[in-house]
Amino acid sequence: MIDLVLIGLTRFLVGGQALWIGASPETRQRIYFANHASHLDTLLIWSALPRGLRAVTHPIAAADYWGKGRVRRHIALEVLNAVLIDRSTQGPPGAALAPLRGVLAEGESLVLFPEGTRGSERLPGPFKSGLYWLSQEFPEVELIPTYLDNPSRAFPKGTFLPVPISCTVRFGPPVARQTGEDKDDFLERARTAVAALASDPVG
Amino acid sequence: MSMAMSLSDKLFILFGGVCGLLVIASLIGFALSRRATSESGRATIDNLNARIKAWWVMIAIFAASFALGRGVTLVLFALTSFYTLREFVSLTPTRAADHLPLVAAFYLLLPLQYWLIAIDWYALFTILIPVYGFLLLPSLAALKGDAGEFLLRVSRIQWGLMLTVYCISHAPALLTLDIPGRPREGFLLLFFLITVAQFSDVMQYVFGKLIGRTKVAPAISPSKTVEGLIGGGLSAVAAGAGLWWITPFTPIEAAAMALAIVAMGFLGGLALSAVKRSMGVKDWGTMISGHGGVLDRMDSLSFAAPVFFHLTRYFFT
Repeated sequence: MIDLVLIGLTRFLVGGQALWIGASPETRQRIYFANHASHLDTLLIWSALPRGLRAVTHPIAAADYWGKGRVRRHIALEVLNAVLIDRSTQGPPGAALAPLRGVLAEGESLVLFPEGTRGSERLPGPFKSGLYWLSQEFPEVELIPTYLDNPSRAFPKGTFLPVPISCTVRFGPPVARQTGEDKDDFLERARTAVAALASDPVG
Repeated sequence: MSMAMSLSDKLFILFGGVCGLLVIASLIGFALSRRATSESGRATIDNLNARIKAWWVMIAIFAASFALGRGVTLVLFALTSFYTLREFVSLTPTRAADHLPLVAAFYLLLPLQYWLIAIDWYALFTILIPVYGFLLLPSLAALKGDAGEFLLRVSRIQWGLMLTVYCISHAPALLTLDIPGRPREGFLLLFFLITVAQFSDVMQYVFGKLIGRTKVAPAISPSKTVEGLIGGGLSAVAAGAGLWWITPFTPIEAAAMALAIVAMGFLGGLALSAVKRSMGVKDWGTMISGHGGVLDRMDSLSFAAPVFFHLTRYFFT
């Protein structure tokens, strides 16, 4: 019930039409990785997925935003199936990835924002290394670059209310792993795959 | 024929008539789709049929809102303004510094405009956006301290609001007009306006496809032709004159009113084509299959509504 209300609100305010450009909506195990511009991003990707995929796909959400307050926390955990991670974790590299590994080990999919924080540019900034480690540890999982068009205009960083501006969610062709590729090269290639979806004739 | 019929009788006849026309159009569309052989011919027929289907939906929405009364009709138009403003802003390059003016446009000025119409505050709803919006939006934008393309950015938002909220709201504002001896007949004026404006669009499209040769403004819109304008315009004026019995107008006056609606509608379509072209797009959106965006169907109404509203108000109330 709440999920329908959330999807309805998202459609009414910002549309969020899904465009499957190089991948189709199938129930394969995947990591969708996207540019990050607003607090709408998690909702946008979640509501762009067909119902069947939504149930087995877990967005990664920052605990310092989605974990705050009972309502937001409930929506994040119970409705969006989100995995909350604490961005301030200090510890050995990759320790924060533990809950993500758990999801992948169970055969389910993830939505990641590898920039780690919201940007205000059209194109994504440098990616953090989490995507690389996960892609190495789970070589069977398909890596789907995802571009969110417009959320940085609809709900810019530092504002309290989204305005109605149509956003689209574009799913691109899977990024293949290349043997022997070094971490930074892989991350840059993944970033370019997301950025390539930005130059769509529609928008 | 005029005075004896009640309002609901007239509306019943009108919607029945429109449904009849759509049945005929649907049958023709179906027959054509079975006969079309060439690739381009089929594309044209498919587009025609998509338009006809969308018309059925629009008529159903209008009939429901008329039946449910003035409040629902106002909400329907407010939603239309909301959606067309969303289409407009989505295609207009705005930046983070425009957020506050956009919040004011969507969440303050839009509802306020329709609320002022609902409480019939004529003196304020006619100046809210042209005066107070004009003062408020640049002030809010300036508070953000981003001077880049300032005039351009402020103008775009003001223009979008004028087009999609101010102008379109003058259509349901017809419901507030008190015409002597004709209580609650604003619905009929609204029906007259929408029917003439949309019929003119459709007939211009049909005549343009059939006999269109001379382009009016090839650099702005390749589909607008002199033949389409004359054929479609005359059909719509004739239809308007034929509807005189639902209005306070004589047949001649009804024809003149229809002519004003046709002229403004044509200019609206042309001006909006130029706007779209300057933005490098063909349609405002993908909301209605076969029609592009909602604003693609509302451009003529947006330009015609304020003119029809004021002509009626000055001469007939």
